[in-house]
Amino acid sequence: MMRNLPKRLSGNLLGTGLFVTVAGIALALRSAPALAQQQPELKIGVIAPVTGIFAQVGADMTNGFKMYLDQVKSTFAGTKVDLIIEDSQGKPDLAVTKARKLILENHVQMIVGGVLATEGYALAPVSTELKTVYISSVTAADDLTQRQIGKYPYFIRSSWTSSQPMHPFGQWACEQGYKKIAAIAADYAFGYESVGGFQKTFEACGGKIIQKIWPPIGTKDFGPYIPTIKSDADAVFSLMVGPMALQFPKQLRDSGYTKPILGGSVSYDEAALPFMGDEVIGDVSAEQYSAALQTPANEAFVKSYRAKYGKVPSYFSESNYTTAMMIDDVMKETGGKWPGALPFIAKMAALHVNAVRGPLSFDENRNVVQNIYIKKVEKTKLFGYPKPELWDVVIKTYPNVSQFWTFGKDEFLKQPVYSRDYPPCKYCE
Amino acid sequence: MGAQFWLIQTFNGISYGALLFLVGSGLSLIFGVMRIVNLAHGSYFLLGGYVALSVIWATGSWALSIPVAAVAIAILGLLMERVFLRPLGFDPLRQVLLTVGFAFLFQQAALDIWSGNPFDIDPPDQLTRSIVVDGLHLPMYRIFMIGVALAIGLSLWLVMEKTRLGATIRATVDDAQMARGVGINTSLISTLIFGLGAFLAALGGVIGGAFLGVYPGLDFEMLPIAFAVVIIGGMGSLGGAAIGALIVGLADNFGKALFPEVSYFTLYAPMALILAVRPTGLFGRE
Amino acid sequence: MGSEQIKVLAVAAILVALALIVPHASSFAILLVTRALAFSILVMSVDLLLGFTGLASMGQAAYLGVGAYLTAILATRYHFGLGDDFWAVVGLAMLGSAALAAFFGLLAMRASGVYFLMITLALGQCVWGLAYRWNSLTGGDNGINLSQRPRFFGIDFSHEVTFFYLVFACFSASLLIMYTFVRSPFGRSLVGIRERELRMKILGYNTWLHKYLVFIIAGAFGGLAGVLWAHTAGIVSTDDVVLTTSVDALLMVVLGGAGTLIGGVVGAGIVTFVREYLSTLVHWWQYVLGGIYILVILYLPGGLMSVPQRIRQWRAARTVSAAADDLPAAPPLSSPARGTG
Repeated sequence: MMRNLPKRLSGNLLGTGLFVTVAGIALALRSAPALAQQQPELKIGVIAPVTGIFAQVGADMTNGFKMYLDQVKSTFAGTKVDLIIEDSQGKPDLAVTKARKLILENHVQMIVGGVLATEGYALAPVSTELKTVYISSVTAADDLTQRQIGKYPYFIRSSWTSSQPMHPFGQWACEQGYKKIAAIAADYAFGYESVGGFQKTFEACGGKIIQKIWPPIGTKDFGPYIPTIKSDADAVFSLMVGPMALQFPKQLRDSGYTKPILGGSVSYDEAALPFMGDEVIGDVSAEQYSAALQTPANEAFVKSYRAKYGKVPSYFSESNYTTAMMIDDVMKETGGKWPGALPFIAKMAALHVNAVRGPLSFDENRNVVQNIYIKKVEKTKLFGYPKPELWDVVIKTYPNVSQFWTFGKDEFLKQPVYSRDYPPCKYCE
Repeated sequence: MGAQFWLIQTFNGISYGALLFLVGSGLSLIFGVMRIVNLAHGSYFLLGGYVALSVIWATGSWALSIPVAAVAIAILGLLMERVFLRPLGFDPLRQVLLTVGFAFLFQQAALDIWSGNPFDIDPPDQLTRSIVVDGLHLPMYRIFMIGVALAIGLSLWLVMEKTRLGATIRATVDDAQMARGVGINTSLISTLIFGLGAFLAALGGVIGGAFLGVYPGLDFEMLPIAFAVVIIGGMGSLGGAAIGALIVGLADNFGKALFPEVSYFTLYAPMALILAVRPTGLFGRE
Repeated sequence: MGSEQIKVLAVAAILVALALIVPHASSFAILLVTRALAFSILVMSVDLLLGFTGLASMGQAAYLGVGAYLTAILATRYHFGLGDDFWAVVGLAMLGSAALAAFFGLLAMRASGVYFLMITLALGQCVWGLAYRWNSLTGGDNGINLSQRPRFFGIDFSHEVTFFYLVFACFSASLLIMYTFVRSPFGRSLVGIRERELRMKILGYNTWLHKYLVFIIAGAFGGLAGVLWAHTAGIVSTDDVVLTTSVDALLMVVLGGAGTLIGGVVGAGIVTFVREYLSTLVHWWQYVLGGIYILVILYLPGGLMSVPQRIRQWRAARTVSAAADDLPAAPPLSSPARGTG
C-alpha cells in the first residue's frame, strides 16, 4: 500500500502544490519594485472599457488621450509620460481592482477615466484612500462634484455633470416658445439627471413638463412608448444613449410624429450621429462639445483625429484629449516636476485652458466651467470634406456654464439630487 | 386611450412578435431535434446583422445581404455543430456551456472585426415609408417584418408537413431512436437542423438590423427574449414558437405601455411563472 | 491511508501554503487572490448543486446579490455591521439568501434539466430587475458604496493582509462545512439522487426534499459570499446580479471539475487570473478565456481536476501496450492502446 503512495502524491499533491507555489513565487517576485529611474517620469493610468459592450467608448477615450500624447511626443514639459491603459470591462469592481493595481503596483501619479456612474462612485473613494489624483474625464454623475465632493479631496472632474448642459437647454427651449414638453429618457441615473436639469430651468421660465416616460436601458423597440406620448406636447425631450439614440428618432418619425425633438446631450453626440439617417435633420441638442464647432482649434482637432482613427471625434475623445492637455499645462507650470497629489489638484483647479471645445476653468467644487452649445443636426459639407454629412451645427453658445447654472452653489445644493421623482412632475396627469 | 391606441399597440406587438418568431423558431427547432440549449443563438442573430452590413458596404445591395448573411451564419452553425458539439455526444450541460464559450468568443471577434460603433442597416426607400390608414401611421418596415415572418413560417410549415424531409425531421424530433431504427440518418438531420436554426437566427438579425440596430451586446440582449418565446411556446414546436412569439411581442408591448413601472419584469416574471406551472412551456411536450 | 485522506491532506497543505505565501506577494496579487477566494464560496455552492445534486442553476448570483446588498444597505444606512456586529450581518445575509432560495426553490424545483436552467435564469433576472428598479433601496444603477471595512476583535480589516485572512478563514470554513456535508449520509444520498433518482425514490428517499434542502443551503453560502464580496470591492451594484455572474460561476465549476468542490476554486482562480491579471498584459484575453472554456469542455469532461486521473489512465494504457509488445506473435488485441502509445 505504501508503494501506491508516491504515485498518488505525484498525481495530486506534488502537481498542484508545485503549481501553486510557483505561481505564488512568481506573483510575489513581481511585487519587487523597479529601481527608481534617473530620468523623471510621469506615470498616468487610464481606466477605460477596452473590451465588453462599451468598448467603443473606451476606444474613443484612449484614442483621444493618446492623440494628444503623440502630438507632444509623450513628453510633458520635459518629463516623459508613461501611459498605462487598464481594461475595466465596464464593471465597477474591476475598475477598482485595476485602479489599485495601477496605484500600488505601477505607482502611477494619477488615474484618469471611468465611464459609468458606478465606476465614478467606486473610483473616487479609492483616490481618497490611496491619496492619488483621480481625474474623471467622462463620468457625469452629478453628485460626485456636488454634495459628495467633500469626501474626495483628490478628485477633479474635467468633463461635465449630466445636468450641466441641460440647464441652459431648458432655458433655451422656453425662449423658443415651447410651452409643454413630454420627456422620454433612458431609465437610469444619467437619464434622471438630464431630465431633471432640463425640467428645472424650463419650468422656472414658465414651461411645463407634462409627461415623463422611462424606457429601460437597452430598449430597442419604442413601439410601446411612442403612442403614449401626449398629443398636446409641443415637443419631445429625449435622452437616448448608444444604440437607443439611433432607433428612437427613427421610430418616432415613422409613427408620424412631426413635432420637434429636443435631444438632451448625448442623443446626437458624434458617437452615434454618423450612423444615423436623414430623419434626424433638424433635431436639436445641447452639449459641451460639437465636432462641427467652427474654430481653428476644433477644425485641426477633427481633421487630425479623423485622419488617424477614421471617424469624427465624439465628446469622449475630445474630453480625454483636453484632459491630457490640462495635465500638460500643470506640468508646464511646475517645470516638469511632479508637485505632489494635492498641489497638483490645486494647480489643475486653477487652470484656465483654451481647449478644443472652448475656454475652460474649474468651479469651487472642482468641476469644469465651460461653454454649452445648442446644436442642430444639419446635412452639410464642413472642413473641406467632399460629401455632405450629418453634423451638429452650433446655433447658440452659452458661455461659462457651471454645474450650478445661475442658481449659485449654496442655493443649488439645497435641493436633492435630480432623480426619477425630483423635480416632481407637477403637470403630469 | 382610444381605439387608435389599442390598434397601433396591437400592430406594434405583432410586428415585434414577427421578428421574435424568426429568432425563436430556430432555437425551438434546435432544441426539439437535438435537446441542445444553444446559448450562442443570440450571437448568430448579431453576426447575421454584421455580415449583412459588410455585404452592404462592399456591394451596396441590401437585397443581396439577406441571403448571404443567412447562409454564411448557417455554415458557421453547421461547422460548430459538426466539429464541436457532435463530439460531446448527448451531454446537455456541456453542450450548453460550450455554446456559451463560443458566444464569448463571437462577441470579442465581432468587436475586433466590426468595431464597437452602433450601426443601422438601411433598407431600400420603399420600405422606410409609412402608410397611413385612418390616421394611423403604419411603418412599411414593420409590415415587411410581419410579411417575412409569415412567409418563413409558411415555408417551414409546408416543409414540415408536406414533404418527405419534413416527415423525417418530425420523426427525429418525436423519437430519435425509432427514427434511426427505420433507417433515418438522424445525425445528418441534426446537423441540418442546427444549420437551419442558425440560418433563421441570422435572417432575424439582418431583418432586425434595420429595426433594432447592430451593436455589441445585442447578442446577449436577444437571448433571454428568444428563450422567453421558446419557453412560452414550448420547445420543439414550430407552431408553439409562433404563438410564443406573438404572446411575448404583445405582452411586452402592452406591458410596457400600460404598466411602465414593471418594465423589467414584463418578460421574466411571466416566464418564471409559466415554467413553474408548466415546466415544458405552454405547448411543449415531454 | 486511503486516497481520500491523501486528497484532504493535499488540499490542506496547499491552503496552508497559500496562507503563508500570499501575504508576502504584491498588493495586486493579494487583491486578486482575495477576490477569487470570496467568489469561490459562491462557486462551491454552485458545485453543490451541479456536481453533487445534478442541478444546473443559472441564477445563483441572486444570492450573492442578497448578501452583498444587505451588507451594503445595513452598513451605509444603519451603520450596522462594521464592528462586532459584522457576524450578525453574516448571519442575516445567510438567512436572507436562504429564505429567497426557499421561495425560488418552490418555483424552480417543479422543473428539471434544461427547464430548471431556464427558470433559475428567469428568477435571477427578476432579482436583477428588482435591484435595478428599487432605486431608493439599492441605489439603482448607481449602486451603493461602502465607505469602510469592518473592524472587530481589535483588528482593522481595511488592511489588505488582514482582510485576506478574513476571507481565507471564511473560505476555509465554508469548504470544510461543505466537505463534511457531502461526505455525510445526506450528502451521499444526493449523489444517488443525481445518478438514479427513480431508484432512490423507490428506496423511500424524499428526493424532492433532498434537492430542495441543497438548493437552500447553496443559497445560504451564496449570501456569505455576497457579504465578503461587498467588502472586497467596496461597491455593490446591479453588475453583481447580472446574468453573466451566474454563468461565470457555472463555467468555473465545469472548468475545474464538477463534483470536486475544490475544482470550482481552481476554475475561479484561472478565470480571475485571465480576466483580471492577463487583461493587464494583453487585450485579447477574451480569446484565451473562451479558448480555455472550449478546450476544457471538449476534452476534459471532468474539468481540470481530472487531469491527474487522465494522465494515470494514459500511462496505464501505455503500460498495457508496451507489455503487449513484448509478447511473441500475439494477436493484436491491443491495437487501440497502441494508437495511444
